[in-house]
Amino acid sequence: MSEVANTIFSPELAARFDKLVTIYPLKRSALVPMLLYAQDEVGYISDAVVTEIAQRIGIYELDVRNVLSYYSMLRTRPAGKYNVQVCTNISCMLRGGYELLDHCKKQLGIGHKEVTPDGLFSLEEVECIGACCWAPAAQVNYDFHDNLTPGKMDEVFAMYREGRGKDVK
Amino acid sequence: MADVTFTVDGTRITAPAGTLLIEACKSAGIEIPAFCYYPGLSLQAACRMCVVRIEKMPKLQTACTTPVAEGMVVQTETPEIAQARKATLQLLLGNHPLDCPVCDAGGECELQDMTFKYGAADSFYAEPKNHREEQQWSPVVFFDRPRCILCYRCVRMCGEGMDVFALGIQNRGASSVIAPNVPAVQSPDDLAHVDCEQCGMCIDACPVGALTSGTYRYKTRPWEMNHVATVCTHCGDGCKTTLGVRSTSDGSEIVRGDNRDKSGMNGDFLCNKGRYAFDFANSPDRITTPLVRQPDGTLKPVSWEAALDHAGKKLRELRDTRGGKSIGVVGSNRLTNEEAYLLQKFARSVLQTNNIDHHRTADYVAFAQALSDHPGRTASQLDTTTAKAVMIIGGDPTNENPLTAWNLRSDVRLNAARLHIVNHQQIKLTRQAKSFLQISDLSYGALAAFLAGDDSAVDGLVHPAADAAAFHTFRDTVRAEESLLVLIGNELRGEDLKRLLNFGVTLPNRKFALLSDYVNSRGAADMGLLPDMLPGYTPATSTNSFGETAIPMAAGLDMLEIFDAAAKGDLSALYVVGANPVLRYDIDPATLKNTFIVVQEMFLTETAAIADVVLPAANLYEKSGSVTNSFGDLQQVSKAGDRSGVRSDFEMIVRIADKMGANIKALVPFGKGTYADMGQTRGAQSGEADRHAVWLTANHLEPRTSPFDANAILDEIQRLVPGYDKMLRLQLLSGNAQHLEPAAQPSNATRRDLVLPSNDKLFTSGTLGRFSPMLEDLQVNDARLAAQKLVQIDNQAAAD
Repeated sequence: MSEVANTIFSPELAARFDKLVTIYPLKRSALVPMLLYAQDEVGYISDAVVTEIAQRIGIYELDVRNVLSYYSMLRTRPAGKYNVQVCTNISCMLRGGYELLDHCKKQLGIGHKEVTPDGLFSLEEVECIGACCWAPAAQVNYDFHDNLTPGKMDEVFAMYREGRGKDVK
Repeated sequence: MADVTFTVDGTRITAPAGTLLIEACKSAGIEIPAFCYYPGLSLQAACRMCVVRIEKMPKLQTACTTPVAEGMVVQTETPEIAQARKATLQLLLGNHPLDCPVCDAGGECELQDMTFKYGAADSFYAEPKNHREEQQWSPVVFFDRPRCILCYRCVRMCGEGMDVFALGIQNRGASSVIAPNVPAVQSPDDLAHVDCEQCGMCIDACPVGALTSGTYRYKTRPWEMNHVATVCTHCGDGCKTTLGVRSTSDGSEIVRGDNRDKSGMNGDFLCNKGRYAFDFANSPDRITTPLVRQPDGTLKPVSWEAALDHAGKKLRELRDTRGGKSIGVVGSNRLTNEEAYLLQKFARSVLQTNNIDHHRTADYVAFAQALSDHPGRTASQLDTTTAKAVMIIGGDPTNENPLTAWNLRSDVRLNAARLHIVNHQQIKLTRQAKSFLQISDLSYGALAAFLAGDDSAVDGLVHPAADAAAFHTFRDTVRAEESLLVLIGNELRGEDLKRLLNFGVTLPNRKFALLSDYVNSRGAADMGLLPDMLPGYTPATSTNSFGETAIPMAAGLDMLEIFDAAAKGDLSALYVVGANPVLRYDIDPATLKNTFIVVQEMFLTETAAIADVVLPAANLYEKSGSVTNSFGDLQQVSKAGDRSGVRSDFEMIVRIADKMGANIKALVPFGKGTYADMGQTRGAQSGEADRHAVWLTANHLEPRTSPFDANAILDEIQRLVPGYDKMLRLQLLSGNAQHLEPAAQPSNATRRDLVLPSNDKLFTSGTLGRFSPMLEDLQVNDARLAAQKLVQIDNQAAAD
């Protein structure tokens, strides 16, 4: 059962999923990409997403949850409109990643994996995002900001607050 | 595969190529410890306990994933390996609570054993342990998270073994946790639960005390119980369950049923009924004193002597005044073979009637008659573990014969067996099936005809989803199988069943089995609890004696005719042993008003409630004897539990016969052995249900000095009952199963099969199920989960 009658996804994503389950030797190989795409569209992996993906691949919801809970970049609760991901792996750490993270926590008034009360920002401490050459770096949704300092980070926040930031999905 | 020779700890070992090192060593008597390895399940290599040193390999290797190779040189116990295992244990004990003194697994815990062996009790971790509260996942499954060592056995057991997939592993690294399939967020009570078959196999597989059983947890310690391996009293599969029993003030209480003794034909397996549904035996609702109806209409407790005297005198009087033909006898599917044989012998010789029947759950008469001249055509339960191809017609093994289903799943998984299924519903085993055809529940007869070669019968089978070609393809596929095991549900009876079997025996390498519902359904038929068949399916109309016993030479009344006679006022007495026909056959109690009724029963059932004499009976867990499973495999039953005040049906039948003035020596050929006092004079020990058998068993004696000695009747069964003459006593007494083939005389006579399926599923078991609190909990739990699913579907529909 790969095609679903009452899909919760947009027609484009549903069509994408219809194809996705056909291109792997094993259907369940499509699980992780489907979860990522669904998260981008829905904002998080809701119970409804779990149900539909399980149905599309023909596995149990439990199987979906087993995989879902393994990966830290898959969330089961909504993030803020702008999800700020600060890297603290070695290059960023040496160049002030933790100071940057602490600064973000202070500025936004929230901790790791929390959302501001207005729902605009959420904060996450993440593993390497592949921007070591320009450490410390942070990612806001899929948009990169590098060579950061606490001061530069404030500008980044201001930019998003004023609606000037790119909302890359 | 070809054998390879290799060296382990200096010993040369030969094993087939492809054997896993851990298995090869086990066969050679060399123990390699392992937590995650479980024979028959997929390999995990998660626990690192089975590491061994193999020459020319750079690091320690896991013996559970290494196939043996020619010339391999292996060390399994060196200081290096001991150190590696010790380190593994220290890691595992990093967060494992040291609550062994209260843990259910204490004393039979693999982690505890290994810690003792490798001395890893001291830990280098100073961090506080990460405690989590225990969770109740279902009425029978509890999960204690910190005790879990993440071996994944339960996950694989549930998924691969049971095909349920109710358990998974979630999160990562140190926060990994076994998770059930109903997460807390989706549960109305905000607690995680399992939606599954509640078999408890996860608990059995758990090497530690992380998964514990609802019936047993915190009740006792393993060394405080006696462990008695006996045959489960529920379905007809013949599983061995090991009952843990403990003395109480009024007998001996069963505290646990499990699969500790893996010597049974069920191997690793036990379903929820075998594991938990022994609690009917401990029920406070049990009758423990004989009851006799008083002139004022009430049932009043009386002494055994008074009750037996009343029953015996009254039965004798009614036999002498109104004749044996006016007496009806109803036996049970849960009597031992010895009791069933004795009951029919008592009915036929003492009561002088052939009006004897039992609740028939499959047509064994037709089965035996069709296969009687064809030795080697009846299948044993063990055949389901190795058959290359299996066809299942009707039935629903997953729910009705769980061991058969487990064996078939394992056979498909491990031996790539091909499963072909025809059924009126999409039973769960179709998930393993190579081919599946759905038919109407009324067309099993047409199916039998079609499979037997009648092409015109296909018209009665086709429906929009399956055309004639589909049925022809199916038949061709099945016929092309070189060998085939045919499992038949109770849907096929009488002529249809015979037609299929008569055709089946014309093909080579076909074996057949007829599935039925209760532990001794097959034995009841084999032992002649039938109005028209004597033991061994000898027609009652063919002879006026069985062995040395004179019997009426005419078919008696069957179950329905007995109650028809009662309605007409022709039934003077009814003797019911372990059955509840009033409920099962929906009999109006008013029709039995003028019938003298004697009932031997554990509980005050609908039938017992209208009886004139009620005698408290022991159940199958409280007596010794033998039973025959639905495949025809004979097994020994051992006494485990005990309840003061009750007696075995065997003893009660003999005592009633005695009170009727019958010649007991003719009824039970006892007293041919030693004439010493073998303990039967121990009057002070009264209160044990079967005290003589207990004493004899304890002393490894069977002298048959007592008229209550079932072995005396077993001698007669072996001597007189066709089919049972092949019985091997040593096999039986060793607790092994042996397959017996029925030896009926072929017959074309039509007869009423009167098969009434009990429709017992996973959480019901006839009368016993009604008095098992655990089965009731499981039914409520199941209904709750089903209702929850409906709510979810409604919500989903509303959201759409």
